[in-house]
Amino acid sequence: MSTLIRDNAAATDDFVALADDQPLPASGKIIVPLARWLELDRTAVTATVGVSVPNTVDIDAVWPALAGRPLIELNFPAFGDGRAYSQARVLRDRCGYAGELRARGAAVVVDQAAQLARCGFNAYVLRADQNAEAFLARLQRTAGTAWYQHPSQRPLPASARQA
Amino acid sequence: MYRYDEYDQALVDQRVAEFRDQTQRFLAGALSEDEFRALRLRNGLYIQRFAPMLRISIPYGLLSSRQLHMLAHIARSYDKGYGHFTTRQNIQFNWPKLEQVPDILADLASVEMHAIQTSGNCIRNITADHLAGVARDELVDPRPYCEITRQWATFHPEFNWLPRKFKIAFSSSTTDRAATLVHDIGVHIVRNEAGALGYRIFVGGGLGRMPMLAHQVRDFLPEADLLSYLEAVLRVYNRLGRRDNIHRARIKILVKELGPAKFTEAVEAEWAKIDKAAFTLDRAALERMKAHFTPHPYAASADSERDTRSYAAALAADSGFASFVRRNVRDHRVPGYKAVFVSLKAPGVAPGDISAAQLDLVAELAERYSFGEVRATHDQNLVLADVAQKDVYPLWQALKAAGLATPNIGLLTDLICCPGLDFCSLANAGSIGVAADINDRFDALDHLHDIGEIKLKMSGCMNGCGHHSVGHIGILGVDKKGEEWYQVTLGGSAENDASLGERTGPSFNRDAIADAVVRIVETYLDERRDEDETFLQCYRRVGMAPFKARLYAEEGVAA
Repeated sequence: MSTLIRDNAAATDDFVALADDQPLPASGKIIVPLARWLELDRTAVTATVGVSVPNTVDIDAVWPALAGRPLIELNFPAFGDGRAYSQARVLRDRCGYAGELRARGAAVVVDQAAQLARCGFNAYVLRADQNAEAFLARLQRTAGTAWYQHPSQRPLPASARQA
Repeated sequence: MYRYDEYDQALVDQRVAEFRDQTQRFLAGALSEDEFRALRLRNGLYIQRFAPMLRISIPYGLLSSRQLHMLAHIARSYDKGYGHFTTRQNIQFNWPKLEQVPDILADLASVEMHAIQTSGNCIRNITADHLAGVARDELVDPRPYCEITRQWATFHPEFNWLPRKFKIAFSSSTTDRAATLVHDIGVHIVRNEAGALGYRIFVGGGLGRMPMLAHQVRDFLPEADLLSYLEAVLRVYNRLGRRDNIHRARIKILVKELGPAKFTEAVEAEWAKIDKAAFTLDRAALERMKAHFTPHPYAASADSERDTRSYAAALAADSGFASFVRRNVRDHRVPGYKAVFVSLKAPGVAPGDISAAQLDLVAELAERYSFGEVRATHDQNLVLADVAQKDVYPLWQALKAAGLATPNIGLLTDLICCPGLDFCSLANAGSIGVAADINDRFDALDHLHDIGEIKLKMSGCMNGCGHHSVGHIGILGVDKKGEEWYQVTLGGSAENDASLGERTGPSFNRDAIADAVVRIVETYLDERRDEDETFLQCYRRVGMAPFKARLYAEEGVAA
C-alpha cells in the first residue's frame, strides 16, 4: 500500500485507478490514462475523473482536454528520468493549472522531494520503500529555503533579488 | 570576484548536510548503490579505479588565494598531497575516502566553494575565457553573465535529471579561448548593429565519441533575455533528448537527428510561449552583478618609464626570463600590467597536477602580486592575470624555484590530457605515461621554440575528456584485445576557426606513439613555408598526404 502525501500531510487516497476493462462509473473519484480520456465522450462524463499522463506527452498539445480536471498525475518511470518535471512546470506556469498535481513512480523519494515541490507538485504517491515522515520533513525544509529560483518556481538569480 | 551572501551560503551549507545524510544512509544500507551513485555524482563524487574521485567546482575558473589555500589543505589532509586541474577549469582529488567526503565539502563551504553539479546528468560548471576582464580583445567581462547563469543553473528544479550532462561556456572576445563551439550551449556576448549588447547562441557542440561543432540557433538575443532562452533550450532537450541510449543522449544528437533548422524552430516556439517577464534581467539586476567584478585598483605607476625600463632590462639580461615572458606572459588591457601563466606541464609531471605546497605558493604569490586572484584554464594551467610589470621578474623567480615556470604555454609540451587508465575507471588506455614520453622526446630535442604553437590533446578513451578531437594533434587511447593503442588525428581546433581533427590512419601501439608525434612534427618542419606558418595553418594548406606518407613509411610503426 503506497502512502499518499497531499498538501504537506499524509492523506487517504480518495481516487481509484480505473482498470482498462472497467466501464466508466456514473459517480465517484477515478483516475484514467490519458489515452482513454482522449477517446471518451467527455461531455457525457458525470464522475470525478483525474487523468494520468505519460511523461512523453507534450502538455501544450493536450491541455485543452485536461483543463478543468480536478487531478492530473504525472509519471516518473525511472529514478533518473526527469521529463515530468518539465510537464509539471508547463501545467502550473503556462496553463495555469490549479488542481491536484500528483507525482507517481520511481523518483518520488525523499531525495527528489525538493525538486518535485518546486516544480509545482502538491501530491505524491511515495515509492513503496519511502518513509513518509522523512519526506514531509524534506518538504518543510524545502519550503523554508531561499532557492536561487523564485518561490513560484520561476528562476530568479541573486542578481535579481531585491537588495 | 563574486562573494556569497547569506542566501548562497545557506544553500551550500544545506547541501552539505543533505549529502552527509545521504552518505550515512548509503553506508547503513538504506540507500541503494544505483540511487546513491546518481546523488553522489551531483556532488562531484565518482568511484574510480582505485578510490573515489572528488571534482570540485571552480565557477568560470576563478579562485581566491584563500580558496587555493583550502585546496592545499584538502590535498594534504584527505588526499596524497596533490590535486589535478581539469579541462573544465575544475580541480579533482583522486584519493579521498568516501566517509570523509562530507567533511571535505564542509571545509569547502567555509571558503564559498562546493562540488555541486560537477558530475551527473545536470547542468555542469559554467566556463569562460581565462583572461576574462583583462583581455585586450574583449567586448565586456563575461563573468557577471556566467555568475547569473551559474545561479540560474544551481539547484534548478526542472533540469536536475536531464538525459545527459550539459555544459555551457561563454566567450566575449575576438579570439574564442573557451572552446565554446564544442559545448552543449556556447554563448558569445556581442553587440548588434544598433549597438545593443546581447548574445549569439550556439547549441549542440560536444566532444566524446561523436565529436560535433555547435550550430548557431540565434544570431542575436537581447541582453535581458538570457535566462528565458536558456530555459527554452533546456526544456526542449529535457522533453525530447534521447534516454534510450547513453551514447546518443547528448543534445548534439537531438540537434543532429532533428536537423539544426527544426531544432531551432522547436526552441524558438518554446521560447515564444515562455513568460519572459519572469526571467528578465533588468538593468539594476545586471548592474548589481557587474559590481562584483569591478576592475582591480590598478596602479598608474605600473606603466611608469622607470618600471618599463627595468622590465626591459631584466628581459635583456636574463635569457631564461625572456623565454618565459615570450611564452607565458600576455599583454593586459591596462598598460603596465601583464597576465602571467603558471605552467602545470613541467616535464615528468602529469598535465594539470599540482602539489599542496605549490597550491600554497601560488596562493601567496597571487596575494602578493595579483590582487589575491588566480584563474584555472581549460588547458590545465593557472593564470595570475593582474601582475604589474615590475613584479613579473620576482614572480618568475619564485615560480621557477617551485617548478611552475616551464616556458611552454601553447607549445607541444603544453599538452592537455585526461587522467587516463592510471586513475579513471572509464579509460581503456594510459595517457599520463604517453604525455611523459612525448615530453621527453621534445625536451631532449630542445627545438620547441622553433616548432611554435601546437596544441596536442590526448584522451584515454572515447569520452574525450582530453579534448583530442580539437587538438591540432589529437591522440585517442583505444583498447585492442587488452592492449593499449593510440589513434591520431590532425587539424582539430577549438578556437574561432573550430574544426574536428581527421584521422591519420591505423593506430599506433604504446611504443610507437611518441615517435609518431615526432614524425608529425618533423613533417611540419619540412613542409612549412617559414617559421611564421603555424602547424595548423601548414596542415590546412598541405593536407594529410605528406603527414600520412611519413607516418606510415616504414614497417613496424603502425599496425
